Amino acid sequence: MNHLDELESQSVYILREAYKHFKELCMLWSIGKDSTVMLWLTRKAFLGHVPFPLVHIDTSYKVPAMIEYRDRLAREWKLKMVVGQNRDALAAGMGPEKGRLKCCSALKTEGLKHTLDGTWPRREMNADGVYEDVLNGEPYTGVIVGARADEEGSRAKERYFSPRDHNNDWDVSDQPPEMWNQFKTDFAPNTHVRIHPLLDWTETNIWEYIDREQIPIIDLYFDKGSGKRYRSIGCETCTGMIESKARTPKEIIVELGKTTVPERAGRAQDQEDTYAMEKLRRDGYM
Amino acid sequence: MRWRNSAAMGTCKMADVQNISDRQTMNVVIVGHVDHGKSTLVGRLLADTNTLGDGKLEKVQETCKRSGKQFEYAFLLDALEEEQGQGITIDAARVFFRTELRDYIIIDAPGHIEFLKNMVTGAARAEAAVLLIDAKEGVQENSRRHGYLLSMLGIKQIVVAVNKIDLVDYDQGAFDAITEEYQEFLSGIGVEPLQFIPVSAREGDNIAERGGKLDWYQGPTILQALDDLKKAAANEELPLRMPVQDVYKFNEVGDDRRIVAGRIESGTLKAGDEVIFLPSGKRAHVASLEVFNAPTPSQLGPGDSASITLTEQLFVSRGEVLSHLDSKPSVSTRLRVNLFWLGKAPMQPGKRYKLKLATASVEVTIDSIDRVLDASELDSSSDKGQIERHDVAELTLRTRKPVAFDLSAELESTGRFVIVDGFDIAGGGIVREALSDNLETRRLERQLRDMEWVRGDVTPAMREELTGHEAAMIMFSGSPDAGKHDIARALEAALVRAGSHAYLLDGKNVVLGIDADIAFDDIDELVRRFGEVANILLDAGLLVISTTNVIGLADHRKIATQIAPAPMFLVHVGASGDELADAADVCIDPATAPLDAVATILAAFTQKTS
Repeated sequence: MNHLDELESQSVYILREAYKHFKELCMLWSIGKDSTVMLWLTRKAFLGHVPFPLVHIDTSYKVPAMIEYRDRLAREWKLKMVVGQNRDALAAGMGPEKGRLKCCSALKTEGLKHTLDGTWPRREMNADGVYEDVLNGEPYTGVIVGARADEEGSRAKERYFSPRDHNNDWDVSDQPPEMWNQFKTDFAPNTHVRIHPLLDWTETNIWEYIDREQIPIIDLYFDKGSGKRYRSIGCETCTGMIESKARTPKEIIVELGKTTVPERAGRAQDQEDTYAMEKLRRDGYM
Repeated sequence: MRWRNSAAMGTCKMADVQNISDRQTMNVVIVGHVDHGKSTLVGRLLADTNTLGDGKLEKVQETCKRSGKQFEYAFLLDALEEEQGQGITIDAARVFFRTELRDYIIIDAPGHIEFLKNMVTGAARAEAAVLLIDAKEGVQENSRRHGYLLSMLGIKQIVVAVNKIDLVDYDQGAFDAITEEYQEFLSGIGVEPLQFIPVSAREGDNIAERGGKLDWYQGPTILQALDDLKKAAANEELPLRMPVQDVYKFNEVGDDRRIVAGRIESGTLKAGDEVIFLPSGKRAHVASLEVFNAPTPSQLGPGDSASITLTEQLFVSRGEVLSHLDSKPSVSTRLRVNLFWLGKAPMQPGKRYKLKLATASVEVTIDSIDRVLDASELDSSSDKGQIERHDVAELTLRTRKPVAFDLSAELESTGRFVIVDGFDIAGGGIVREALSDNLETRRLERQLRDMEWVRGDVTPAMREELTGHEAAMIMFSGSPDAGKHDIARALEAALVRAGSHAYLLDGKNVVLGIDADIAFDDIDELVRRFGEVANILLDAGLLVISTTNVIGLADHRKIATQIAPAPMFLVHVGASGDELADAADVCIDPATAPLDAVATILAAFTQKTS
């Protein structure tokens, strides 16, 4: 068993534990490479099926190709797609020019919080592949997230099963113990658990696995002739491209072997202050 | 933004890529007493192996300068405000670096006693440990406690680093004294460390490079010692254990496979193998190994998250352990264990906890506390009536239902468990011995009976759909005059009126007919026959209510064994305090009006079975 096999098996184990223990379970799908790998691992765990809904928070500033890709894959793989959005903030003109952290906080963190707890309408894809508003959804008590420990400091301290209290808060200094694949699957009412199947994966592992499995990842990660590509994708307004001619996962792996630039260097919100990510995560950001 | 060596990128050969995922990974935890320099060591390892991203070192140095602090290597890890505020690691953080030989995942575990649960979390993931001891402070409480926990967590490769050797002027005498003292402690708990290394993480002596002032030391540096660590041999040669994680049917989307899912912890499994599920004792043959987007493997081995189908239509569920017939796990309700306790509230006799062992989850209580160890001094204080936070104890546990398990010395992954108190994992431990619970005969009888049991085409699931509930037994206990019969009759009536399929099975009725041929004092046979009658009614999908007087707790356990997997819910009518009341799911004051008692019982029953 090589390292990728070990990572795959552990992620499958975690996904199966999550499915067994959480009745109201969902997976956050950002359309990026990590959560798409996680979606693929779900199909591995459940023999081609995806037995829980996928939640995407649409800030309306996403690269348009992301939305097309999302809906195409959702129809092809028969995904239960759920889309959430902070409509009030958008109507009031929220955007990155009002401050990047403020914008992330309103459109991502708030949008996510109220989509997860069911207080805001969810747009759900019906059997014909068309979105419809669904009101008064049940709160999700298990939320599967594609965070990796090597992404930045605060993520290195996550558990595989990480509780959040009724305010969505993450109490970093008082986390439950986790050992021998025994996870926190008992939880108090009005709290929920974030589940992290990719915690042990590195950016390189993700690309190696995409390459091995031939996962149809969104093509924004590849150079299409301009000599530029995205290394990390998000909102068009706040995500920079890097100079790179990599056109395949294999070429990206070669690049990664040589770079010492952090993965999220192109994500403007991280650079606002030293503890930006930590603050966002405590408030419920992924 | 800038890519290093970007000019050379296009010419790189694919051969460079091929071996990345074939590279070996080693998980190493860094432990030790608070302030003995764990984070500094990790920071130094990152810096000396050129692992840090461009600008990271400078960014941290900048942050220090801005807040008027002197830079330390430990700060490289401190992404959290809180941690920098307290100057101690509060959680096990993972960092990654590589040597020419392989990739490392380094887990920096906190040394402060308050965060022992985080240390355990970090260390439980590791294959090896580096334990730090401050050369100036010497062996401290957590140096010992961590050593003890590492051995309980099954970590066999331990490197001891005697750190801050610069603070004792690189003195060999100081190093030898600590080595001798700690070696003696480790021998006492049966741990043989790989190596003692004098280091200064702050100055970089014996981390990646040899220390200039440590000529008297000829052994490996930390990095060399890490590269000398061995990967554990795969458990292929050991007996097969696959704890059942779940059973899947995706027939609503046109997939009629019935998949038994679980991870293979040891041994190997092939299509065609005859297997047994314990504790139920059901047997079947493996029909197929199922995969998604991969060629079907010829066999599955340790670490594989497996999906299999069976030739027989068995109703197996999560918590059972699949094995081959010739090397089965133990099955019992009594286990002698070693345990460490992390809960805020002490672990106490009489209180109910949840035991999670592999995928099984069962109610558990303390049968007896045999010894409580103060791990820092290893003094045993056997008269302690409870197990307090951070204690290590030897005790006997009794589970409500039988569990399948192994001794940790023989098979690690099915020989260890955690204890859940309320909503939280509060302790962990390893199984030392399987104890007899005097139910072995009943279990064997039940297995033989179930193996030959003739079934119609109606499945338990179909019956549940019809009745709206699972089959279960509600057993009353209490003295003859406690009024339990009135309550039981009211309960039966209330259930039937609500549409449930309930039946009051009075022990006397069994005695009158079925037991007419045996002596009235042949209690064991009376209990056995009663259990078999109950089992048939439960197989028919009923809620069986019973008020038998003749039997005590030991008999309840026998009947519970006979009717498994149907659950037994115990109602005690009478004062609390005796054995039956302690074991009961709900206690009813005899003065309670029957209808009020029924409401209390139903509420507790619904909560328990939902």
